[in-house]
Amino acid sequence: MSSDLTRRTAAELADALAAGETTSVEITSAYLDRIAAVDGDVHAFLHVDAEGALAAAREADERRAAGSVRSALDGVPVAVKDVLTIKGLPTTCGSKILEGWVPPYDATVVARLREAGLPILGKTNMDEFAMGSSTEHSAYGPTHNPWDLDRIPGGSGGGSAAAVAAFEAPLAIGTDTGGSIRQPGAVTGTVGVKPTFGGVSRFGLVAMANSLDQAGPVTRTVLDSALLHEVIGGYDPQDSTSIDQPLPALVAAARQGASGDMSGVRVGVIKELGGDGYQAGVRARFDEAVQLLVEAGAEVVEVSCPSFVHALAAYYLIMPSEASSNLAKFDAMRYGLRVLPDGVENPSAEEVMRATRDAGFGDEVKRRIILGTYALSSGYYDAYYGQAQKVRTLISRDFAAAFEQADVLVSPTAPTTAFRIGEKLDDPVAMYLNDIATIPANLAGVPGISLPSGLADEDGLPAGFQILAPALADDRLYRVGAALETLLTTRWGGPLLAQAPELKEVSA
Amino acid sequence: MPDITREEVAHLADLARIDLSDAELDHLAPQLAVILDSVKSINEVAADDVPPTSHALPLTNVFRADVVRPGLTAEEALAGAPEVEQQRFSVPRILGEEA
Repeated sequence: MSSDLTRRTAAELADALAAGETTSVEITSAYLDRIAAVDGDVHAFLHVDAEGALAAAREADERRAAGSVRSALDGVPVAVKDVLTIKGLPTTCGSKILEGWVPPYDATVVARLREAGLPILGKTNMDEFAMGSSTEHSAYGPTHNPWDLDRIPGGSGGGSAAAVAAFEAPLAIGTDTGGSIRQPGAVTGTVGVKPTFGGVSRFGLVAMANSLDQAGPVTRTVLDSALLHEVIGGYDPQDSTSIDQPLPALVAAARQGASGDMSGVRVGVIKELGGDGYQAGVRARFDEAVQLLVEAGAEVVEVSCPSFVHALAAYYLIMPSEASSNLAKFDAMRYGLRVLPDGVENPSAEEVMRATRDAGFGDEVKRRIILGTYALSSGYYDAYYGQAQKVRTLISRDFAAAFEQADVLVSPTAPTTAFRIGEKLDDPVAMYLNDIATIPANLAGVPGISLPSGLADEDGLPAGFQILAPALADDRLYRVGAALETLLTTRWGGPLLAQAPELKEVSA
Repeated sequence: MPDITREEVAHLADLARIDLSDAELDHLAPQLAVILDSVKSINEVAADDVPPTSHALPLTNVFRADVVRPGLTAEEALAGAPEVEQQRFSVPRILGEEA
């Protein structure tokens, strides 16, 4: 019974709860058991809150018995990336500098999960302060890809993606600054959505790059993402960049798309995101998926976005600049780690700050802080940061022109399947190339989804298909995403994750 | 654009208030040079007449009504402090010895 529950989608669990076939306590217990059985190998979680999750599940069951259900997902458990604050639970951001910190407030996303009745299973692993594409930069050790435990689960949200892929959670929250929801989705065979910038509140999300960070759903199906997106999205007065408009009807769009009919939809294939540098098996699955859309009635055109070739460079100037400013708050004074320098009698606040930041930050965080400090320093500001901000304008213009020709744009999500743990750890530029196809959406603020396109022939590992839509038109992601998902799962004879190897279960 | 030297990295780390050891400098400085080399193409891309974009969507200032609303209690705010004294954050000395 319990393993059966963990294999169901969130929408199926919600239906089973509504039909009285199971309870939130049964579902939540099944997931907690699964975490206990496999997370020793996967390491998707940094903290599991069994007690809190079961208490929330009992309350959900009482509400349902009393006929006062709070949302479509009331009683369906969720995991939260460790970059969002949860009152009373540790929030480390994958960093030593926040080890043991327990925030005194809930992020808005978390508050909305609680209000909607979703029990929170725990906090998921991530690259330190969301800086990375492999989750290897976590100070608490890497997460392992459930498809092959020797490989990375993507990053920075590798914990959330692996948790969902390993059936340790039906739903998870991720954050995406340059691809940290979509790229882990691609390499773990799961679904991830980066909403329009400002579509989901950033209040309580520990910032890496304010103008790029966006929280969103991490799930096993497109419909589940739509359900979760409707719970967490919408205007929040506590975030000054929040969009003061109602969300489009996302769940309805996913249900419409699930018919698989694509007639009347114009799909633009982005010329610059493909070809050289993309693994053959990733390209083959992408081309087949595009062909399926054509057969389903979509009108497919090729679009050119010439400025996208400069997106990676612009991103690696803007993001470190904003990150270096944001991480200045970790000064060892009000919260987090405080380290006294060796052999200094009566050290000054500044000496304590230097020693703490050296001890508390990992290599990738140091690299980016120094890079950002450089890009913002006088004499280089115009050449680097100023130029990068201009490139951002060019990228937005490319998107605007492309969306004249097509309703949605598509590309492979990531250039390769999951690589081996350790392979790119000390080669920052090789690591950064993982996000080459996902970064343009962050720079322009437009929404994007990644869903599985199949397994690459070379290595039998999942590849991802990315769909991008204009700002505020997140519903198009769900319409087209759900259609493609229907077409592909029909062809595979079931979800892609059914082909993942069974993980060894350790009895508790 | 000049390459970044080990001395420059040491200076930047100083500005960023991070004590880097010699071993860390040896490790990070060449990596930063490679990263900078990979982003330097940015300098030739955008013409002078292209306006910069600082935020993804156009924004105006956001205000709220000037009314009192609940915030953290002193205990909550101090709960994560490395050191607390008399319901305040206790910090190392701020001024130099001679000051």
